[in-house]
Amino acid sequence: MPWTPDQPIISLKNVHKSFGQTEVLRGISMDVMKGEVVCIIGPSGSGKSTLIRCINALNDIQGGSITVEGQELRDPKLDLLALRKKVGMVFQQYNLFPHKTALENVMMAPIKVLKQNRAEVEIRARALMKKVRLEGKEDAYPGELSGGQQQRVAIARSLAMNPDVMLFDEVTAALDPETVKEVLVTIKDLAAEGMTCILVTHEMGFAREIADRVYFTDRGVIVEYGPPQSFFDDAKDPRTKQFLSQIL
Amino acid sequence: MNPGRIKGHLPVLLPARKLMLSDIPLHDRLFNVWTAGALLIAFLVTAIGPSFAQAEAAPARSILTILFEWTPSIAKAFGFNVLISIMAMAIGTVLGVGLGVLQVSPRSMIRRLAWIVTQFFRNSPWLVLLFYCILLIPFKITLFGMSVPFPGWIKAVIGLSLPVMAYMSEYMRGAINSIPSGQWESAQSLGFTRFQTMRDIILPQTIKRVLPPWMNLYAVLTMATPLVSIVGVNEVMSLTRAALSAESRVDLLIPMYLYILCWFFLYCYPISTLTGRLERRYSVKL
Repeated sequence: MPWTPDQPIISLKNVHKSFGQTEVLRGISMDVMKGEVVCIIGPSGSGKSTLIRCINALNDIQGGSITVEGQELRDPKLDLLALRKKVGMVFQQYNLFPHKTALENVMMAPIKVLKQNRAEVEIRARALMKKVRLEGKEDAYPGELSGGQQQRVAIARSLAMNPDVMLFDEVTAALDPETVKEVLVTIKDLAAEGMTCILVTHEMGFAREIADRVYFTDRGVIVEYGPPQSFFDDAKDPRTKQFLSQIL
Repeated sequence: MNPGRIKGHLPVLLPARKLMLSDIPLHDRLFNVWTAGALLIAFLVTAIGPSFAQAEAAPARSILTILFEWTPSIAKAFGFNVLISIMAMAIGTVLGVGLGVLQVSPRSMIRRLAWIVTQFFRNSPWLVLLFYCILLIPFKITLFGMSVPFPGWIKAVIGLSLPVMAYMSEYMRGAINSIPSGQWESAQSLGFTRFQTMRDIILPQTIKRVLPPWMNLYAVLTMATPLVSIVGVNEVMSLTRAALSAESRVDLLIPMYLYILCWFFLYCYPISTLTGRLERRYSVKL
């Protein structure tokens, strides 16, 4: 059955994931529609990062199912490259390639993986650098950039693959407070353009501002979710309340 | 304050009882102006001394003249040593990088096999490997009616490249494992295959880490090239022996070998210095 845009672009059903004996995800289900922005919050060790990595098949799952645009990730015939083209991911530690300049970082995957024409890729990459407000930093090496700048290059690098979904794994957690904002603004721009985004974040104010839905996970299950307004002001579950009272 | 530490008060000039040996760092104790001077004098005495002793008995050409006359031949033979070292290094490096990559293969069979090969050649005496190659490889190989000759020196190059390969393999394994796993993950999430990640992202980053030990290995290899004289290759040691028997002068032995040592020193010392500098430069940066 082919996927149509009125179906969830990402759908998780009863996902179970364990590392050896430790069960990290214990039955997670969620649906994300195209263009939605979803934030996942929760205490550390609650499995939020693992969850988001499973959507990109960086981690495999032991139970349940994950589909991206109708494609089941547990299908042994899964085309990994096709999946990774659809789903972009940004990491907490940026993970830029330190031996390449910012622009080369952005250009690398389309040229090497998608075998696209170098000149065309470069035009697009320069536009992306402009979009993440890093014009003039094209020839800088990652080591010469600040954390916030590196993270924005990482975002541009993911966008260069023209993904349909972007995953953000605590992308501001390693940043100075002053540089957090510039990264959040970039993500906000993306969301405003209609990019489907799934964010694991500790920035509650930001989640409240841009999320269509907020999920609270604890010990591998989704405890509570809802639109940010009702979620933050009117949490039902005592665990959510306790977490929010500690954070806010 | 301990008098031994005062600037200008050389430890040797102070009464022995007052000087606490443990106050001086070990490297200062072992290597200072005095030991260096003593070593130099010892060298000069052993090198030039015999020539003076012999000079009266047989008025012949001076040692220096002989050394000078032989210099072009020595240079040529030394050039052969350098050629052998460069070729062995090139072959060993290419094979070693490949073997090192196999050592981190996700398939445990390949990984283990590469590990065994690496350990075997890394823990074998170079001379035995040389003999082994000389005996094992035929002096000519006939392929499709064409016979390719394998002179002794080519076999020696192959023999020396084996330990280089093994050391290089270990350097590569260490360097690849030292690249943060985030590099693999981000490459994976961008759709890179394992092979593409290795080739375009991981291996280029290992160069910086492998370069200093690689250069060090090259210096060690160059100093090991005289070994091939034992298996009958005409390099600088063989020439030296030939020169010595041609001159048939006992007083020439020590100066001649010292002269050869100087050649190696002048070639290898800059490499080790550069290596040290590179190591210091790269040690801080990640």
